[in-house]
Amino acid sequence: MEFIGGKFLQVVIALAVFAALIGLIMLLVDRAPKSAKDKLTVAGFLAPAAILLLVGLVYPAAQTSFLAFTDASGKLNGVDNFVWMFTQPEALVTLRNTIIWTVLVPLLSTVFGLAYAVFIDKAHGERILKALVFMPMAISFVGAGIIWKLVYDYRGPEIEQTGVLNALRVTFGMEPKQFLLDAPENTIFLIIVMVWIQTGFAMVILSAAIKGVPAELVEAARLDGANPWQQFRNVTIPGIRGSLVVVLTTITIATLKVFDIVRTMTAGNYETSVVANEMYTQAFRAGEPGRGAALALILFLLVLPIVVYNARVLRQQKEIR
Amino acid sequence: MTVMPAPDEAAKTRTAVKGGSGGTPAAENSAPIMRRVKSKLTSRWATAAALVIAVVWTIPTFGLLVSSFRPAAKQVGPRSDGWWNFFGDWQFTFKNYVDVTAPGGSQAANLTQYFANSLAIVIPVTVFVLVLASMAAYIFAWGSFKGREAAFIFVFALQIIPLQMALIPLLQLFTQVLQIPPGSYTQLWIAHTIFGLPLGIFLLHNFISEIPGEVIEAAKMDGAGHTTIFWRVILPLSVPALASLAIFQFLWVWNDLLVALVFSGGTADVAPITQRLAEISGTRGARDYLNPAAAFVSIIVPLAVFFGLQRYFVRGLLAGGLKG
Repeated sequence: MEFIGGKFLQVVIALAVFAALIGLIMLLVDRAPKSAKDKLTVAGFLAPAAILLLVGLVYPAAQTSFLAFTDASGKLNGVDNFVWMFTQPEALVTLRNTIIWTVLVPLLSTVFGLAYAVFIDKAHGERILKALVFMPMAISFVGAGIIWKLVYDYRGPEIEQTGVLNALRVTFGMEPKQFLLDAPENTIFLIIVMVWIQTGFAMVILSAAIKGVPAELVEAARLDGANPWQQFRNVTIPGIRGSLVVVLTTITIATLKVFDIVRTMTAGNYETSVVANEMYTQAFRAGEPGRGAALALILFLLVLPIVVYNARVLRQQKEIR
Repeated sequence: MTVMPAPDEAAKTRTAVKGGSGGTPAAENSAPIMRRVKSKLTSRWATAAALVIAVVWTIPTFGLLVSSFRPAAKQVGPRSDGWWNFFGDWQFTFKNYVDVTAPGGSQAANLTQYFANSLAIVIPVTVFVLVLASMAAYIFAWGSFKGREAAFIFVFALQIIPLQMALIPLLQLFTQVLQIPPGSYTQLWIAHTIFGLPLGIFLLHNFISEIPGEVIEAAKMDGAGHTTIFWRVILPLSVPALASLAIFQFLWVWNDLLVALVFSGGTADVAPITQRLAEISGTRGARDYLNPAAAFVSIIVPLAVFFGLQRYFVRGLLAGGLKG
């Protein structure tokens, strides 16, 4: 077990160095002359985060934007990478899949999450029921990939099936199916994994929102003769609109960046690749950093409008306050 | 990514965050009316549908757990069958867990090593992000300098940069400019810290800016400087928000695969358990029977964190943060 000791030592050293750095900053700020104290405090407190963000995020993003216009050897090649992306069949499949993902995952997760939140509201054992659906949120995408590989497992028709779904198919007299290999529907089966994870998130947020809808409103609608569906449709839904938008945009962004599920389940083969996975494949496996960067740039452009929308909500929030 | 509750809900969730007990204060106050209305709404069918969803959502993980205790011959090969047959033949073994965790050559799963790596990566990163993000958040909330508002919006906006955009240049920077040796924790620590900062600052700023100004004024009256106020007043008051952020940060980094693939070098000295898991499950073969046990070893820590600290986790979600 001596390797554990080595790792432990590295962690202790890292924490000690970090503590020393922070201590130094605090000391400098504290001992500063009165005239410069406020400025030095701002600088000292912000500097570590600012430097890390500038060097590790802002500069790389700019660099990637530039890389997107270069070829494998680093020479500028104009918009060739983008032409490749929008003309080559395999790249087009990647874009198509990304669109399918970003439409289906937010929609299905939100519908399931909302339905479940409504169904279990005030039910017996609400907490446990919530935890069951929420649990996948804690599981890594890699773990989820293995869990679902087991569900989708395929064996030849002549032997016993080990995957739940194929066992069901055989029970109902159907041929077992290669869920992850048969394009194009295999993308749908990958999407189900993401829906399985994100539904819990949607459910928790929406459940809290539903409980925030004033009971008097619902009661008034009931007294006016609205049936449960009408109460839900005309009172609850408008009452939780803000949360619905939040849930949809958050899941959309998470879906655009999805990488691990595709990577572990099919590695993007059999026409299942998505932009985030293809970016990794091109940049770190195929030796085409230019193409990888171009894909990352596209990803950025897709995420941008959604976040700008969120940022505007933040602004409004501030103004109201 | 970021959750931005609409104003009315934001106010509500904030009270939920600050109110000591978990749960939903608003709903509990109006319980009698609620219950009457809800009893009408919650029909038998709704309960049945909820149960179906709960079962469907749980079965995959349950199947993994059961499989991980089944003997190799039952999982792969000619005499294997589905995990549900376990309830007929009751063949039970711990051997899979012993096999995946026992030290061995490069062929062995060696998960103990990788498990320790995950801890060695995740613990420092969580500390770094919490400290650096709360320092910055404090200044953004209570410091005074020109362009504070704009700078904060800029940091918030950094969340739009997908990880993917930073990977290639950051790797070049680490290896070529800074000469940080590949295959060390350092690259992973720094990369994860950078990627965790925008959301961390945003989340903590939301909380710290809500601390009443009088508290800080009073501390200043007593002659406290910024550093004292930060360590003695702000941080203790921010414990709920810090706890939420710590859980998030812990889960993201523990569950991460992409950053690990790019920066770890993939050796047993550094690579986290997710990366090893992806390797093991990526190669099909006679050792497939180890996958369920290996997967379970890797998800046991997040699940424990999740179930143990679910209250803080949910609170954090509602208060405004989830990274995708």
